[in-house]
Amino acid sequence: MRMTYIKNGETLSYDASRCNGCRECVEVCPHAVFAMQGPKAAIVDREACMECGACAQNCASGAIRVTAGVGCASAVIQGMIRGTQPACGCGGAAASSSGSGCCGN
Amino acid sequence: MSKGCCEFVTGSVVADGRSIPTVSTRLSPRDIAGTWKVRWNIGRDHYSVAPGLYAVGAPTGESPVFVSANYKLSFDVLRQALNGVDGWILVLDTKGINVWCAAGKGTFGTRELEQRIAGVGLERIVTHRVVIAPQLGAPGVSAPHVREATGFRVKFGPVRAKDIPAYLAAGQKKDEEMRRVRFRLTDRITVAPVELVQGWPVLLGAVLVAMALGLPLDAGFLSRCLSYALSLVGAVIVGTILFPALLPILPFRAFALKGAVLGAVWGVVSALVAHGTLAGGAAMALAGAAVVSFAGMNFTGTSTFTCQPGAELEVKVALIPQIAGGVLGVGLLAATRIFGL
Repeated sequence: MRMTYIKNGETLSYDASRCNGCRECVEVCPHAVFAMQGPKAAIVDREACMECGACAQNCASGAIRVTAGVGCASAVIQGMIRGTQPACGCGGAAASSSGSGCCGN
Repeated sequence: MSKGCCEFVTGSVVADGRSIPTVSTRLSPRDIAGTWKVRWNIGRDHYSVAPGLYAVGAPTGESPVFVSANYKLSFDVLRQALNGVDGWILVLDTKGINVWCAAGKGTFGTRELEQRIAGVGLERIVTHRVVIAPQLGAPGVSAPHVREATGFRVKFGPVRAKDIPAYLAAGQKKDEEMRRVRFRLTDRITVAPVELVQGWPVLLGAVLVAMALGLPLDAGFLSRCLSYALSLVGAVIVGTILFPALLPILPFRAFALKGAVLGAVWGVVSALVAHGTLAGGAAMALAGAAVVSFAGMNFTGTSTFTCQPGAELEVKVALIPQIAGGVLGVGLLAATRIFGL
């Protein structure tokens, strides 16, 4: 079942003129946002993009930009409480903080 | 690290004049119990293995290198999938966090991978220059940067470790399905219990509110308490277990809205079952909507397809209504008790 979400993919930008056809974006995207069309990549499902940043991290030619973040309301709330960017604070000393709804995996 | 340090170490191999611990590819009853416990949030904050280099099977300098997080569940899933494979496992220090979360935080990251490769002297262990990382590590790892810094090429293997044998058989190539993250019913149900257990303060609050609503302490106290508890505690269970199960069929895309709908339905149904009044039903619908909306919204962090701007918008729009709705709903329930509505 195709699952989409509000505001998915809005910060994703792609410059085809810089694409060298290495296919890394296709290989690393968990939701098939990119597909090869001929020698170059293309965005085929922007609404599936959760802005994880895997593509931008691994595009050697800098053709992809996205504002990577974590789609976690709990992290947003904890950031608000602490006055920081969204952060879940799990792992290490902060692990015992309430952090509800943290990454179930 | 010597044999016997940990249950899963079964021996060692010698490489580069050093002893590298060999790990079992079979999960012991203790491993399986450990997996079950962390799924229920027990001991989840310190379920890790020591970072460093390990061996599976009888690897040589030509054997593949697989990268793992040091969350023990990640490590166990990987080594189990490597049954029959001769390989190396490079465990990164992700502070005991799983691959995808750690990648998002940057701990399953470029720098940690580069430092770990150098730290274990990987270039003296293997003759090739490839490490196979889980695909979900990609948000945190820049393969171009790692290649520049270490000479090692990062290949992103399948999303799920169980696809590794097929991946290797295909010459280290992934098919479409190996690259996709799915969030099927079984996946959603697997990660739901943690939400329930982490919601213990809300569960406790629901019990206390139920007890308060059941007052006075007369003959009918227990039955009133149970009736309110069923609805309120039930709302928490609906929000943390039923919500994940029904996620794709609930209306709207925002989780707070999906939850509000489910919670309102639960409130009405549970009030009907408890033979409540119309006013009581309306109050419970409001309280139920608030609780399940909040719990549902918090499931965004556990889900696999939500972006940060969306989560931020949800919190900005829904958090205050959720709190207000909860307070108002409980207040109205109290009013129905006090004024016999």
